[in-house]
Amino acid sequence: MATDIIIHDKKDNVGVVVIEKITPKQDCKCWVMEDDSSANIQSLDEIPLGHKIAMTDLNEGDTVLKYGHDIGKVVKSIKKGQHVHVHNVKTKKW
Amino acid sequence: MEIPKSFLGYKRENGRAGTRNHVIILPVDDISNACAEAVANNIKGTIALPHSYGRLQFGADLELHFRTMIGTGCNPNVAAVIVIGIEPKWTKRIVDGIAKTGKPVEGFHIERTGDIGTTMKASKKAQEFVMWASEKQREECPISDLWISVKCGESDTTSGLASNPTVGNLMDKLEPLGVHLCFGETSELTGAEKVCATRGATKEASDKFMKTWNDYNDFILKEATDDLSESQPTAGNIAGGLTTIEEKAFGNFQKIGNCKFIDVLEPAEEPKKGKGLYFMDTSSAAAECVTLQAAAGFNIHLFPTGQGNIVGNPIEPVIKLTANPLTVKGMGEHIDCDVSKILSREMNLSEAGDELIKTTLRVANGRLTCAEALGHKEFVMTKLYRSA
Repeated sequence: MATDIIIHDKKDNVGVVVIEKITPKQDCKCWVMEDDSSANIQSLDEIPLGHKIAMTDLNEGDTVLKYGHDIGKVVKSIKKGQHVHVHNVKTKKW
Repeated sequence: MEIPKSFLGYKRENGRAGTRNHVIILPVDDISNACAEAVANNIKGTIALPHSYGRLQFGADLELHFRTMIGTGCNPNVAAVIVIGIEPKWTKRIVDGIAKTGKPVEGFHIERTGDIGTTMKASKKAQEFVMWASEKQREECPISDLWISVKCGESDTTSGLASNPTVGNLMDKLEPLGVHLCFGETSELTGAEKVCATRGATKEASDKFMKTWNDYNDFILKEATDDLSESQPTAGNIAGGLTTIEEKAFGNFQKIGNCKFIDVLEPAEEPKKGKGLYFMDTSSAAAECVTLQAAAGFNIHLFPTGQGNIVGNPIEPVIKLTANPLTVKGMGEHIDCDVSKILSREMNLSEAGDELIKTTLRVANGRLTCAEALGHKEFVMTKLYRSA
């Protein structure tokens, strides 16, 4: 039952940390809300509560998917398990 | 959970019901604030609503000012109103607008009398109103008399994961019972606007939403410098893990559950198509948005927060909920409903929705919100452009 990361939709390539923080090389349990499935991932970074982790390798120009939808573009390549935030993802809007 | 079919509210002359019984002292303009506050200080149990505008406005901006003023006075959470302005004409326009509800309202203008004479005359009338209102009793009202507005703030990813979907769950359960519902925050649906448009109950509602969103987005693009960094998302949003406006928008959008909106309202416009969900064109700034929703007649507000927004409103009780355990721990005095157990999966969304319904009904019945107990009375007018 203990979950470290929640993923909204099975199409998503990022998950959200829901414990106080995860540490590098931590084996994390993930739960996908949409279909109640589970997954595992090893983190590469320290990531605090509410911040996102990459579930796959992402290259510059790739689209970040959360809620099954486009939430922005990758501006610096990201490895599976790394922290995803304003340093490597930007809006496609404003 | 079986949802209660009624709450204890104040029945008003026009058939609406209030969750509160305020007597307000409403200044027409910025320079009448001092007099309004003097009256509220003289007469206990009244509340002044000072604000920054009301002079030399024109066109749509002036119309919005009047709509906000009149709508605030008409809100069923208000038992009676004293209106104070510098000049007689605009003061009378607001008094006449509020009088249509049948509730006691009286206007005073300061020109030729001064603050002290006006304060004395208005205080005598305010005393009469507040003593009259104090005898009003709460009576059983159908749950359909609840008009529930929603707006989130200081959001983080826990908002989109849990507290906003909790509000959505409440909407899904209460909409069939005939309540009025309202969401807004036009700019904060950016990125999710096309998905949101599909939630119009009719093509007309969807088209009206897209036009409203496009107009707001054009305005933002015109005024924006490079991007809206630290405004959308805010520094607090970013600290909480939200990276882009699109991510924030999809989280925001969870608040309406599976409901469809039947109409798109102008800022502070009263809904006229009966029960159901409405979208209102508002800013995403908390106090501005809640002030507009209260002016449209909504009598109870749900406010999910992530990092801990503390906003309140002078006439519409603002219920805060959060799913962020650090916010519950660090600023629990602001949180009316804790749904953080969703993240640890000790609570599911339906259970959280039920908890929020219980909290909403307790507040509707008279329990003070955290924001009320802490004295939050943010009354912030939306201004569309510079005055003449």
